[in-house]
Amino acid sequence: MSNRAIQNTLAVFKREFMAYFNSPVFYVIVVIFLLATNGFTFFFSRLLDSDDVSLATRFFVWHPWIYTVLAPAVGMRLWSEEHRLGTIELLMTMPVSPWQAIVGKFLAASVIWLIALALTFPIVGTVAYLGDPDSGPIISGYVASYLYAMACLAVTSAISAFTRSQVVCFIISVAFCLVIALIGDPGLTQTVVNAVPNGMEGIVRFISYFSFMDHFFEMTKGIFVLRDVLYFVSVIVVALLVTDQGLRSKRA
Amino acid sequence: MIQVKNLIKLFGTKVAVDDVSFSVEKGEVLGFLGPNGAGKSTTMRMVTGYFRPTSGSVNLCGIDMLEEPELAKQRLGYLPENAPLYSDMTVASFLGFCAELRGLHGAQRTQAIDRVLDLCFLDSVRNQSVDTLSKGYRHRTCFAQSIIHDPDVLILDEPTDGLDPNQKHEVRSMIKRMGKDKAIIFSTHILEEVEAACSRAIIIDRGKVVADGTPESLKKLVPGANSLDEVFRSITKSDTAVKKAA
Repeated sequence: MSNRAIQNTLAVFKREFMAYFNSPVFYVIVVIFLLATNGFTFFFSRLLDSDDVSLATRFFVWHPWIYTVLAPAVGMRLWSEEHRLGTIELLMTMPVSPWQAIVGKFLAASVIWLIALALTFPIVGTVAYLGDPDSGPIISGYVASYLYAMACLAVTSAISAFTRSQVVCFIISVAFCLVIALIGDPGLTQTVVNAVPNGMEGIVRFISYFSFMDHFFEMTKGIFVLRDVLYFVSVIVVALLVTDQGLRSKRA
Repeated sequence: MIQVKNLIKLFGTKVAVDDVSFSVEKGEVLGFLGPNGAGKSTTMRMVTGYFRPTSGSVNLCGIDMLEEPELAKQRLGYLPENAPLYSDMTVASFLGFCAELRGLHGAQRTQAIDRVLDLCFLDSVRNQSVDTLSKGYRHRTCFAQSIIHDPDVLILDEPTDGLDPNQKHEVRSMIKRMGKDKAIIFSTHILEEVEAACSRAIIIDRGKVVADGTPESLKKLVPGANSLDEVFRSITKSDTAVKKAA
């Protein structure tokens, strides 16, 4: 990557990142995220009532569901807003390649999540104070959680490239993230397997393999496998490729 | 400096631009005329590299837009229709962002911002949010963005749309001033503007170039016409006339 390409990507990143701080969206979402993660951990999972300080089953387990709703809320403005304001025409006639813009914007949204996720640090302090947790699963749990969030953001970025309405983008992205989370649910997979003819079981299992969930839970258990990391990275790359296609189709 | 050859754009089966060719040299100001929906904006969007032409070529300062879009875009300033702006930024930060994308950093960037703020009379609103600006200021901010890197080629889509008479006059004289050492294309509906600022004009109707020449020579196209207005009306068809014929 040339110097110029990095400067362009950084310029887009900086603009997008500041835009989050200049709007209430960032603050609202971070507060809701922290309330949700901590609320679920303490009130539903009853972290304090158990003798177990593992975060995987009480803290990280909630993250996919929270991301399903909140990541699209952060990502929906990425390209929809450009389409709505017409600034896409400005951006795409600047000497910036679409990829520099796509990566710059995606990184801005990702760093927003990094901040949100980093602000959950008191929970780590809590379990460290109460017991003696293994640091491995906590680290891999955070990595898994962050990769999951980035995958949801990338999917939202792809969908926002196709529509000028943030609301439409939000609803479709939430639905998409929900479906891709649910298809991995063991109970659901079993139900479907029971319902379809015998020969189809392989297909159902194959589809469920594409779910974020399996890969996510493998990682939160502290089993840090390159395969699962690569899975999320490839989801992100594919979603960004779709973003590029979306932008192209809009420019007809 | 601007060479456009056999440009064709199809949207589905609809022909938006049909075999348009023209060239603009340094020091020329080309007025782009035509009824609404004639293909003016579509043509400009292809020249600026926003739309990809179905066929044909665009060449800016010897650089092919389709082969080396980033290099060609570096030589170009563009004011899109309706002057879009990022509503969450201030005037100065917006111009700073555009300067960075044009490859201006550090002291060069500051200088460029100050120059265009001064040139476009935006100094008084430099730290104001774009959201709170009046239409005239918004328009000038977007215009400032197009000249921030002092480009060789300037493309302006309805630069005087929605401005008051004083502002229109100011933009017109700015275009005329800059036209001396740049190649400029601007589209407009106001025919006096063509006579006031352009050295040449093209009339487009339903995707085709129907007239190309100096404002004086265009007047001679239609015998007995006293103004460009009459010429325009006799060689282009209004939407309603097309409907009647069909």
